[in-house]
Amino acid sequence: MPPNAPAKQSASLDVAVLVSIGRHPLTARARRADQDARAVEMALTLENASVRLLHAGQHESEQEEALRGYLGMGIDHIGLIEQSENADVIPALVEALRHDAPQLILTGSRAETGEASGLLPYQLAEALGWPIITSLAAVEKVEQGTAVVLQALPRGKRRRLRIRLPAIATIDTSAPAARQSAFGPARRGELALSEAQSETDETLASWQFHPARKRPKRLKIVKSSSARDRFKAAAAKADGGGGQTLNDVTPEQGAEAIFKLLKEEGVLR
Amino acid sequence: MLDILLPILLFSALALAAIGAVRRARLWRQGRPSSVPVLKGLMQVPRRYLVDLHHVVERDKYISHTHVATAGGFVLAALLAIIVHGVGLDSAILAWVLLAATTSMFIGSILVAKRRSPPPSRLSKGPWMRLPKSLMAFSIGMFVITLPTAGILPDGVFQEGLGWIAALVLAAIIVWGLGEMFFGMTWGGPMKHAFAGALHLAYHRRPERFSDKTGGEHRSTGLKALKLNDDSAKLGVEKPADFTWNQLLGFDACVQCGRCEAACPAFAAGQPLNPKKLIQDMVVGMAGGSDANYAGSPYPGKPVGEHQGDPFGPIVAREGTALVDPETLWSCTTCRACVEECPMMIEHVDAIVDMRRFLTLEHGNTPNKGAEVLDNLIATDNPGGFDPDSRLHWAADLNLPLMADKKEADVLLWLGDGVFDMRNQRTLRAFISVLRAAGVDFAVLGNEERDSGDVARRLGDEATFQTLARRNIQTMSRYRFDRIVTCDPHSFHVLKNEYGELGTAEAPSSYHVQHHSTFISELVSANKLSFKAWKGGSVTYHDPCYLGRYNGEYEAPRDVLKALGIEIKEMARSGYRSRCCGGGGGAPITDIPGKQRIPDMRMEDVRETGADLVAVGCPQCTAMLEGVVEPRAGIKDIAELVADALIIDTAADKAAQAKADPAPALEETS
Repeated sequence: MPPNAPAKQSASLDVAVLVSIGRHPLTARARRADQDARAVEMALTLENASVRLLHAGQHESEQEEALRGYLGMGIDHIGLIEQSENADVIPALVEALRHDAPQLILTGSRAETGEASGLLPYQLAEALGWPIITSLAAVEKVEQGTAVVLQALPRGKRRRLRIRLPAIATIDTSAPAARQSAFGPARRGELALSEAQSETDETLASWQFHPARKRPKRLKIVKSSSARDRFKAAAAKADGGGGQTLNDVTPEQGAEAIFKLLKEEGVLR
Repeated sequence: MLDILLPILLFSALALAAIGAVRRARLWRQGRPSSVPVLKGLMQVPRRYLVDLHHVVERDKYISHTHVATAGGFVLAALLAIIVHGVGLDSAILAWVLLAATTSMFIGSILVAKRRSPPPSRLSKGPWMRLPKSLMAFSIGMFVITLPTAGILPDGVFQEGLGWIAALVLAAIIVWGLGEMFFGMTWGGPMKHAFAGALHLAYHRRPERFSDKTGGEHRSTGLKALKLNDDSAKLGVEKPADFTWNQLLGFDACVQCGRCEAACPAFAAGQPLNPKKLIQDMVVGMAGGSDANYAGSPYPGKPVGEHQGDPFGPIVAREGTALVDPETLWSCTTCRACVEECPMMIEHVDAIVDMRRFLTLEHGNTPNKGAEVLDNLIATDNPGGFDPDSRLHWAADLNLPLMADKKEADVLLWLGDGVFDMRNQRTLRAFISVLRAAGVDFAVLGNEERDSGDVARRLGDEATFQTLARRNIQTMSRYRFDRIVTCDPHSFHVLKNEYGELGTAEAPSSYHVQHHSTFISELVSANKLSFKAWKGGSVTYHDPCYLGRYNGEYEAPRDVLKALGIEIKEMARSGYRSRCCGGGGGAPITDIPGKQRIPDMRMEDVRETGADLVAVGCPQCTAMLEGVVEPRAGIKDIAELVADALIIDTAADKAAQAKADPAPALEETS
């Protein structure tokens, strides 16, 4: 028996990656979304995983070109659930995922187009009743229905977690960068179309959209005369310093702490 | 005895050679099809050999004389030997000619032997070391055996007493000679270069490179477009058999003289590339086997014998080793020094780009910053990922005329991606002041301009190149202009030589393109510019590869410098032998490590001339050479030198000065 045979048997971790249409920040050209592409990269580097890509949206030339960016990473086909333009894609995705029943769902933490609220993974998790982990940095081990993963925390910290599968994990820029998308496979890959009922997103329809303004940066006022102090201030970690870690608190206490902070910062009045 | 033995030996050697030829041809035919004019090609071999190929060989006088004596003697001797000894035509005149031919060949073989004692490092050893001896064996054997026929020795001298022993020895020598010269020619011996070389000349994939009786320029340097319309086709070259058959034939013609190796900047820098070894690896791949028998300089840092391949196996493995490592292919700066030097007219750069196309378009494996640069080109039309709407920010104060407003102009000024580079912006400013001083009617495309696609194409991303090129062609088709002038030799080359294939009926894409040095040279000839006397120090000139070797423009930049009153201190490697700055072919992007940097070597060439300043004509060269640490010579673009020396004396200027200053004197305008 070849040495890798047992690994093959316990193989086939079924991974679904939800991909969206990206948008280049300068030119607004459609492209593969950066975080979603990192999610695909993560899935492709998982050992013995069967990877499936899923997108819910329209099937038009611009979207197709962006989706082909994912195919170029060496994917044979992407499942494309056709939805109308104003549709809320969550019901369609939930139905498809219930049907496919993957063990792990990976996706970027926030889309580059549309609402881009970053809420989709949470809503999916809620609808499916699965746990969700954010800022996945690496999957270390998958065995017997659980996965040992590294979660990225601010300032390069990592937290090792053991999660029960099936689960949803979101990926941001702390995960490894996506591989190059090659033209040949991108062109040859297929979009596997499937139809689903489009539920119009009523709330979205009532919203008004306008281009985002650059958020003002908080000024860092350095009151010092010596070059050494200015250098220290410039090289210092960009933090408020007034943070506080709460451990083993009840949800009420946690909510109260957050509420207090928001008041202090003037977000809530 | 020899009367009977000799025809048998001759004809069996010929028969074996014929079998070998068929086998060899079948190796070549493993490649992709490529249609060639079969008979017409063969008819052109003598001219292509005697004129074009000899023109290259002649750069080394010693070897060209050697080759004329040896090859000329051999061809004549072989033909006459078949007539005199094979067919048995007993003619004293022919025998005397045969004696003369073998003598010539013998003298040639002594010269070959002399050059190989000891052999310079660029020459291959191994079987090549026995070649001079084999040449001598053939010539001596044929000479002695012809003596009786010529009447110098009595007939029957080899049939009595000691003659028998002499005949045996002679037969052995002739078997050796025939074995190398006839049998070895088609069975993979060193003489293979003659057989494959002749056919390579006949069926070269760039027939435009060869001269004809009408004269004119014969240069073919533009890469050939890859057809992207077939969805199922594999893009680029994965396996040796993915080359066209005449490319394989070309590889087989290599004579392992190592001129490419001596000229290659990557090899000199200790990067893992040796053009000669690369071509030999392709031959190994075509025939199947390992590179262990290769007897020349290896790729720096890569021992011989660890790589193997076969015609239908991958050249570059995704993981592990196959025939060639990817670093080898990505070390090339596409400077074409190897192609320029190759006496067999092999197209190394085409082969390298073909293989890069596969790595980028199918594997998605462009090393280092390659992927990022290509993504930027796709998303922002420039390699740096800058906002395409900020293309003209550097020229906010120049009030540049836009094509979008003017619709037509004499000169379309192609700015290139140098607009995002602060160093190149100085060159562009200088050139624009020259244009204004000469009163040239010009306009720029501004934000409508895109990267020319040069870098994308040389990194193997043919798809992005074609997209960029088609969009540029579309843009330019909306405007009317007589010519395109650019300060960037890479854009110049691509616009001039590589856009032509991509035009359509509505948007034709054959342009009259000029490098700024050519254009300034024309302005100077037309007396449109006047210069102050040159007061700086000594100057040398660095020929950009894409201007010189790619487009044959060696004179115009030198004429401009001469017009400025500069006497050029030429570097040892200048003109068609100019050494690359290391900035072409995406090499700074893929950035394969070596023992030293190519621009450092080039600045060392500059230092040897003692020049204080090196004049350049290319943004890449400027960037690469200026990256060399001080102390070193200063670096200035030709446009800057011209702008510094300009005397601007338009009527308007004079009037303005007369008003301001009662005693008008010409101000320094620098």
